[in-house]
Amino acid sequence: MSVLVDKHTKVICQGITGSQGTLHTEQAIAYGTKMVGGVTPGKGGTHHLGLPVFDTVAEAVAITGAKTSVIYVPARFCYDSILEAADAGIELIVCITEGIPTLDMLRVKHHINGTSTRIVGPNCPGVITPGECKIGIMPGEIHLPGKVGVVSRSGTLTYEAVKQTTDIGLGQSTCVGIGGDPIPGTHFIDVLRLFEDDPATEAIVMVGEIGGTSEEEAAEFIANHVTKPVVAYIAGVTAPKGKRMGHAGAIIAGGKGTAEEKFAALREAGAQTVNNLAEIGELLNDLNLQSS
Amino acid sequence: MNLHEYQSKELFAKYGLPVSAGRVARTADEAVAAALELGGDRWVIKVQVHAGGRGKAGGVLLVSSEAEIRAFANKWLGNQIHTVQTSEDGQPVNLLYVEELTAIDRELYLGAVIDRASSRVVVMASAEGGVEIEQVAAETPEKIFRASIDPGLGPQDFQGRQLAFRLGMQGPQIVQFTKLFLNLCRMFDDLDCSLVEINPLVITTNGDIHCLDAKVNIDSNALFRHPELVELNDPTQDDEREAQAAEYDLNYVALDGNIGCMVNGAGLAMGTMDLVKLRGGMPANFLDVGGGVTVDSVSQAFKIILADPEVKAVLINIFGGIVSCADIADGIVSAVQDVGVEVPVIVRFDGNSAEKGSRILANSGLNIITATTLPEAAEKAVAAADSMVPA
Repeated sequence: MSVLVDKHTKVICQGITGSQGTLHTEQAIAYGTKMVGGVTPGKGGTHHLGLPVFDTVAEAVAITGAKTSVIYVPARFCYDSILEAADAGIELIVCITEGIPTLDMLRVKHHINGTSTRIVGPNCPGVITPGECKIGIMPGEIHLPGKVGVVSRSGTLTYEAVKQTTDIGLGQSTCVGIGGDPIPGTHFIDVLRLFEDDPATEAIVMVGEIGGTSEEEAAEFIANHVTKPVVAYIAGVTAPKGKRMGHAGAIIAGGKGTAEEKFAALREAGAQTVNNLAEIGELLNDLNLQSS
Repeated sequence: MNLHEYQSKELFAKYGLPVSAGRVARTADEAVAAALELGGDRWVIKVQVHAGGRGKAGGVLLVSSEAEIRAFANKWLGNQIHTVQTSEDGQPVNLLYVEELTAIDRELYLGAVIDRASSRVVVMASAEGGVEIEQVAAETPEKIFRASIDPGLGPQDFQGRQLAFRLGMQGPQIVQFTKLFLNLCRMFDDLDCSLVEINPLVITTNGDIHCLDAKVNIDSNALFRHPELVELNDPTQDDEREAQAAEYDLNYVALDGNIGCMVNGAGLAMGTMDLVKLRGGMPANFLDVGGGVTVDSVSQAFKIILADPEVKAVLINIFGGIVSCADIADGIVSAVQDVGVEVPVIVRFDGNSAEKGSRILANSGLNIITATTLPEAAEKAVAAADSMVPA
């Protein structure tokens, strides 16, 4: 078991013939992901990396039956690509692209609100269920099928957490990168709910960072709805106020969104927190979960 | 991207938001000419910098003579102003704004932001104008009134009226404010703003509503569809090293410590800084070299980090995902040779080709300290920086 994606998940790639789309589709195929096609307007009817290319998402869905799409198109086209995917009945849209205008995301989120479409990202590494399905830019080889659910706002910081859970033999059920933008399609709460309901997930690692209040909202959710152990880390204790730290969403605005506030909220909610990101694995080890 | 007050007010005027007549000046002569052109016998003269808190720092003055205008211009032009919102160094003053004087009866606050929790634009208003809105929010949150804008419907008249009544407005002010509210929302949406703030919004002694100050931030990611706004960027207001880094797609933020950090990924960069502090050191900077690290970007990153004279050691932390640590190692070796790094360099590799990368560094003959874990790297960096500081 896992969340969001597994070995049966059929995936199409929007922007498959671009350089990013090509590189990561190749890696996804090599990992064993069930890639079934791609979309590049104007290149319909051709083949790329051995996969059929379609002009529209609607056509790709009709012919391949895919309900999941990964988007690598440039930021200025993402608004249109996401809406096209949603319109075609795609249920899981994983948007890797960084730099989408905030108001575009706000409109897109409003549009899909209440529908069966879910967006993961943008500005994220993607989603992986180790050994089954890799959608995104994460290095597959650091993962191990297992029992820790990982959810994170950061890319490389996720890899650190993942590698530690692999090194101690626990492995991961699914890893979800929700991305570093101020308006993410999927929030911590959404993924925590999925992990809580997933029998294969025995513990949860949550990696947050400064900016916004999604960690505080997650803390409240953990206190009321999560029975599984949660290990949490927040990056940015040393981040100055009012400065954007790389990610569009990583900024302490008006004195709000500090790492201290988030750590405190999570501790209060019963999550186990680490100040040192290298101690995530150690703390999981102390939970005495059985190795995979 | 931040705009100056005068630029924000030009946009306000285009969107029908009431602002005073004003002129920009680059010299004392221009400031005097601006006042004459505006007419009257009293003016407000303000420094134009990308920071709030100008008034308390002496950057806003009511003047009534040419001598006063010249004195103000000579005091500020070409100098730095230090406010509660600037760094220690302050912001350079290259522009002044001369405005007609407004007779004020009441000061209010009006702002629009993107509310991350609700994924909506939210307009905030308060009768507590002219003070830091964060302070009002923290101490008396009940004094801030909100209108949440539905992205599908846009702002509605009733939302404007509701805010106006709550602010204690009456008569024609209700209609004036509602129009201002609708125009503010239209501008926010049209121009891809991330923040618009009018603090204070005032009611004049004639009973009219008027925007006395204006602050507009534009979403940099949306500039591709606003070429006319790109021209409003004032690079003199940006930190020099941050601007230089941005040219090479590097994210750099200067900090006060002495351990330079070079990391791939924003989250990991923050995590690395935090660990340096946890081990008793202080990071000199945040620097994310991004996903597509190249020999050139590593070399640029070194130059930017070493431009800070406080830096006593450089900590490089790379988790190779798509990028191979061996390639990064080649980049580091070539950069250290090119740039001539005098301080200790501590490197920790993990992920893709980490061992190969470490071997390249070890065999390079350069003074590069390698570490296998991040805590070890942080400790070595702190120790190395301490040894460089004369006791």
